[in-house]
Parts: sequence; structure tokens; C-alpha cells
Amino acid sequence: MDIIADVLERNGLLFAFVVVGGLMMISGWLSKTLTRGRLQGSAIAIMLGLVLAYFGGIQTGGESGLADIAIFSGLGLMGGAMLRDFAIVATAYGVDLQEIKKSGAAGVLALLAGIVVSFIVGAAVAAAFGYTDPESMATIGAGAATYIVGPVTGTAIGASSEVIALSVAAGLIKAVVVMVCTPLIAPFIGLNNPKSAMAYGGLMGTTSGVAGGLAATDKRLVPYGAMTATFYTGLGCLLGPSVFYFALVGLFG
Amino acid sequence: MVLYGVAALALCMLVGMLIGDVLGVAVGVDANVGGVGFAMILLVVATDRLRKRGLFPKPTEQGVLFWSALYIPIVIAMASTQNVAEAIGGGPMAAIAGLGALAAGAALVPVISRIGGQSEPLPAMTEAEKAEA
Repeated sequence: MDIIADVLERNGLLFAFVVVGGLMMISGWLSKTLTRGRLQGSAIAIMLGLVLAYFGGIQTGGESGLADIAIFSGLGLMGGAMLRDFAIVATAYGVDLQEIKKSGAAGVLALLAGIVVSFIVGAAVAAAFGYTDPESMATIGAGAATYIVGPVTGTAIGASSEVIALSVAAGLIKAVVVMVCTPLIAPFIGLNNPKSAMAYGGLMGTTSGVAGGLAATDKRLVPYGAMTATFYTGLGCLLGPSVFYFALVGLFG
Repeated sequence: MVLYGVAALALCMLVGMLIGDVLGVAVGVDANVGGVGFAMILLVVATDRLRKRGLFPKPTEQGVLFWSALYIPIVIAMASTQNVAEAIGGGPMAAIAGLGALAAGAALVPVISRIGGQSEPLPAMTEAEKAEA
């Protein structure tokens, strides 16, 4: 047993290919038999991945889901930011630039609206749960934007570590539910063309959520969604500790 | 040569990331601003020009398409490495804040998509594309 585990650990990335390949086969089969193809295999595979990540996290107490278990550590490299962004950029090959130019204005507006709406929703929820000081409201609002904007904002304005942890949790929940829910809500919000995908990327902003959600909906939409989502975190980090925090201080401080 | 495609893709990504990081420093945030977006635009523009001059033949193209095809498996690996336990451990407030942000954002998609005229849905996926997914 030790020898097997040792080989798998030393060749972690290769084992990750095998694991994901297996997951995709199971998901493809579930998609055909259980949902008669209505829910794409990739959507099921992403959900299975999240479930496994949950058990991995419970098992080890680590932060990287299944990848915290030594033999599965290759999943961390395969699904890490470097290869993920590399593959996202690759999906843009053959994309029509005219389509992006045509949707540019909608994309920019989606970004601004997405950040502002997330901030407001997050801050309102924070207030409803009794976190009524501007620092906590701003930090949890920023966490509702993405799990990176939350701690960046919280650290900058001096929120408590408990509130920063909550803001990260809010951002993680958003990433997870965007991954799972995108294919389910896509038909209701007209998410079937490049322009709505650009709007979606800008409104959601969570790169991992949008990357997973659009993959499970229609892979051809990925480059458009990713195009706007990639600006979201940076813009959020810019607006969170400044405009948004000062607005809250002005209103409730 | 397949590697030329992979190298071109990697170069576009690195330059894009560099632009994103420089932009982050310029506006004073500790984050990459739009790196992936710039990389995508670079890739589209550069490969379009190269193709027109016949400098991006099929084997080179394969180097890019291979990584594009690996996108979904990579995303599945990404899903399995998310910190789901902590997300769920955040309790009801974190869950409501995250879900609320999703719901409010999703509700705005049809509104913002309307700007500049309606867009046509993409054609249905062909069998070949479905097999790839």
C-alpha cells in the first residue's frame, strides 16, 4: 500500500489526470442515465468535485479541499490558478474580437453594477446580522464581491479577524453557488450568447465561479465571461477600501 | 510544431499577466487587474495576424487547442480543491451574503444584456462539440 501511495504522490499531476478522467466518466454516465442529458456531464463533475472538496477539507482541516490529502495533491497543480488561467486564455482562440467590441459598453457597466450590487447586498446582510459598524459592513460587502476583495478591504480598513474570516466565507459561498447554479439559471436570464456571458462575468466577478459555471453551461461562452470577470477583483480591491468604505462611514459612521 | 502554439499561448499569458500586475501597481491595489483579459486579446490579435500570413499552421494551432480542450477537466480539478468546508462553516450570514450577491447579479443579466441591442443565442452545439464537453 505504501509503495502505491508513494508512486501516486511522486506523480501527483498524472494521478490528478486519472482522477479527473474517472470523475468525468462517472458524471457523463450519470448525466445520460439520471438526467437524460439535460444536466451536462461537466456540470455534474463540477458538483462531484465540490462534494469531494468538502470531504477533503473536513478530513484534513486544510484549505485546498481534496488536494490537502497527499495522494491527491496533484489536483492542486492541475486546478491551480496558473493552469486554469492558461486554459481560459486558450479558450479565447478563434474568438471574434468584433463580438467583444460590440459588447464592451455592456461589459463595463456589468462590472460596475456587479461590484456595487455585491457590496450593497453584503453590507445589508451584515447589518441584518448585527454587524452595524462601517468597517464590518464594508468588509463583508467586499467579501460578497469575491473572497479576495473581502480580506484586502478588511485588512486595509482594520476590520476584526472574525469579520475578515466571514467575508472570505461569503466569497467562497458565492464562488461555489455560481459554479453550481449557473447552468440551472442560464435559461431564465438569457445566458446563451457572448454579450450576456460578458454581462454575467462582470456581474458575478468570481473567476473560479464564472469559469466553472460557464464550463457547465456552454464552454463557448467561457472566454466572454472570463474577459470581464478578470477585471472584477482588481476593481473591487480599488473601490472596497475607498469609495465604498467612505460611503458607509458617511451614512452610518 | 505543436510547441510553437503552446509557447505563443504562454507568452501571451505572461505578457497579459505583466500588464495586469503593472496596472494593479499603477492604481495602487495588490491584485492583478485584467491580466487574463489582456492575454486573451493578445492571443486573438496575434494569432489572427499570424494566420493571415500563413505563419500559424495546423500543428501549431493544435498546441493552443489542446489547452482549450483541457479547460473543463482543469475546472473540475479546480472545483475539487475549493475550500468548501470553510465556505459552509461560515454559517448562515456568509451563505446569505454569497447567495444574495448571486441572485442580485443574475437578475441584472437580462437588463445589461439589452444594452446595444439584443444578441442572438449561439447555435446549438454540434455532436462533435458535445462529445468534447
